[in-house]
Amino acid sequence: MSMTRRHFLILTAAAAAAWDSILAGTPESAPNYNASEHWYGMLMQIEKCIGCGSCVRACQLENNVPDGYFRTWVERYHVADWTVESPTVDSPDGGKNGFVELKETGGKNFFVPKLCNHCADSPCTQVCPVGATFDSPDGVVLIDPKYCLGCRYCIQACPYGCRFLNPSSETAEKCSLCYHRITKGLTTACCENCPTGARQLVDFKNPKDPIHEFLKTHSVQVLKPYMATKAKVYYYGLDGSVR
Amino acid sequence: MSDLKDAGHLLRLAAVFVVAVLIFLVIRAALVPKGFGKLGHYRSEALAEIAAKPINYAGHQACETCHSDIVDVKSKGKHAGVNCESCHGPLAKHAEDPASVQPAKLEAISLCPRCHTANAAKPKSFPQVIPEDHSGGVPCDTCHKPHTPVIEAAEAKP
Amino acid sequence: MYPNEVELQWSVLIVLYPFITGLVAGAFILASLERVFRVEAVKPTYRLALLTALAFLIVAPLPLQLHLGRPERSFEMYLTPHRSSAMAMFGFVYLWYLLGVLVVEIWLEYRRDIVEWAQSSTGLKRLMYRALTLGSYNVSPRAMEIDDKVGWIITIVGIPSAFLLHGYVGFIFGSIKANPWWSTPLMPVVFLFSAMVSGISVVMLLYMLTCWLRRREIDMRCVDTIAMYLFYTFLIDFTLEMVDLIHRIYEADESFRSLDFMVHTKLYFSQIMLQIGFGTLVPLTLLAITQLVRLQEPIRKYVYSLAGILTLIGIFAMRWNVVIGGQLFSKSFLGYTTYKMGFVTKEGLLPAILLSILPFVILWVLIKVLPPWHEQALSQAAHGD
Repeated sequence: MSMTRRHFLILTAAAAAAWDSILAGTPESAPNYNASEHWYGMLMQIEKCIGCGSCVRACQLENNVPDGYFRTWVERYHVADWTVESPTVDSPDGGKNGFVELKETGGKNFFVPKLCNHCADSPCTQVCPVGATFDSPDGVVLIDPKYCLGCRYCIQACPYGCRFLNPSSETAEKCSLCYHRITKGLTTACCENCPTGARQLVDFKNPKDPIHEFLKTHSVQVLKPYMATKAKVYYYGLDGSVR
Repeated sequence: MSDLKDAGHLLRLAAVFVVAVLIFLVIRAALVPKGFGKLGHYRSEALAEIAAKPINYAGHQACETCHSDIVDVKSKGKHAGVNCESCHGPLAKHAEDPASVQPAKLEAISLCPRCHTANAAKPKSFPQVIPEDHSGGVPCDTCHKPHTPVIEAAEAKP
Repeated sequence: MYPNEVELQWSVLIVLYPFITGLVAGAFILASLERVFRVEAVKPTYRLALLTALAFLIVAPLPLQLHLGRPERSFEMYLTPHRSSAMAMFGFVYLWYLLGVLVVEIWLEYRRDIVEWAQSSTGLKRLMYRALTLGSYNVSPRAMEIDDKVGWIITIVGIPSAFLLHGYVGFIFGSIKANPWWSTPLMPVVFLFSAMVSGISVVMLLYMLTCWLRRREIDMRCVDTIAMYLFYTFLIDFTLEMVDLIHRIYEADESFRSLDFMVHTKLYFSQIMLQIGFGTLVPLTLLAITQLVRLQEPIRKYVYSLAGILTLIGIFAMRWNVVIGGQLFSKSFLGYTTYKMGFVTKEGLLPAILLSILPFVILWVLIKVLPPWHEQALSQAAHGD
């Protein structure tokens, strides 16, 4: 496409303005972000997940996640018959490069993406001996990498297996709900890159948030509700066999 | 009074303890991070530090500011909900400096099957094929336009 | 398995740590038997038990430091301890127990000897003992009386402190609802009783060993009494562990099948053979025999020694089965992983072995500086040795 100099200048200015609004700086220098006005969670729609692994790859590229460790991952369930007691589950490399077809494909088969549930009553923040992992005012469970001792108690305490020890920093790490993105009005890397909209960020304090409406009108579940962690990642269409 | 004399060593011990505790309190006051405890049992500075991490995916709104023509085409097709970087990869650097950072050329034959390879666990309504059977190794974009993938009858190649 | 679960988080060093603090707590409880409960028979082991506790307590933080990803930040536990975390308690409980209980009690017990040695020794040793006197040379009868009273109070305070020092470790595991192998209110109690069993065993073995090395007569009345306490404490410990096991089997909750399979396969050797078989049932039987049948003295010594060693192995196996066992199964109950223990790595077998030997080296030094035996104390004073 041919471009006149005028076109180019306009586009560059527009791009710069857009970029400025993206890089609005830290919460202190971004006058528009007030943590107390937000309360974050996520919605997973199982029937939309195609197990492509885009979310896992995107998270790794956005957050420099080391190989072999996962801030988010996708599991595939194969329920051979009617019993929910014994599914066959696999998650090859966290589902990062998709899934090879199973030999046995009868019964129920589906994908379940998982990540930190950003529990409102998180057992991981309860056990941190120094306060290196904490609940932000906007409902995100975060880790302070400069303060973490690497004692791994939080990793033991998480019922969902979403934490790991980063081998280069020797501190605990997990999904941060792309805090550096959501505080600037962007969505998380995984939600941005999910091609089917199976994963969507939700802001419970935003009255206009469409997902909020969805959660009020559909049957949703959380993982391991009996753990009473007040998980904020909701699943629509979750089968009883999911662990 | 003589009891006090006979317990003198205990008073010395107690004094050692008191001094040690005082030293501890002084060191502690100096070392506890300034913002600790302001918002909760954590360093309040951590929030800003975490929020200041570099962004690698620009987000589709950034792409759309410049590439509105692509948006027009894509929004009418089946890939309307697929965001740009989902296929094109993280392009925050390109959005920051479009002229000097060029996105890599994509190879359809390795890219498209990532989503569209048939798998029993995928929703039945999702378009999926066995790539070798479907195109026999011919790159997907030979027939499909990635931004509007459905082949209209008029465009269909024999 | 959840993908992040494949790698174990807590290594053999975290098995070693509760084993060591258990020995500390147990040795102290044995010492308190004499001091508070006036069990005269165990007096020959009083000072040795205190020194043993101190030697192990000095080593206790080392496996933790080696294990931490960022050990240089460990002081943060003193700066900003998170009150909801049992682990945050560690720094303060440890310091309190080390300085407020153990060191003070040892100091009060040895004070008269320290004053003597400060006056009779020469050179560097003299300087050391003089420092330990804190400048006070008052060993009048009244001062000794006060020391005795205060020492008694310290021991009284020391018993719950010892329970806290080791009990909190049990709570660290027992309070994790995410892990069904660990999560039980019995955990701190089981840890405590197995601590007492291991502590009593180690003091008994060390007493017999040091007597043998010094070519002294073993006070059989003392050892018989210790063995009796060991037997009954072990009985309670075994009962508690069996109650936990039977309860699990009976209730058969969601986790049971996965855990049951794990015990029968991955933990077969360490739990069924080592912990329960050789480490509990055999020593219990041996000790029971000595309680029921009057055996000859030489035989009793061998039986006690064997029972003691097997007990220590069994209690170590128990720590292993709790810590490592709790990480071998997936929290999805759909899979298992393996513990790959390195040898010459930061958290490998070699550091674990070295850290196990270190307390005995420290104990040897402590025995040289603060000899527990009276005749040696007298000779030290006489010869300025």
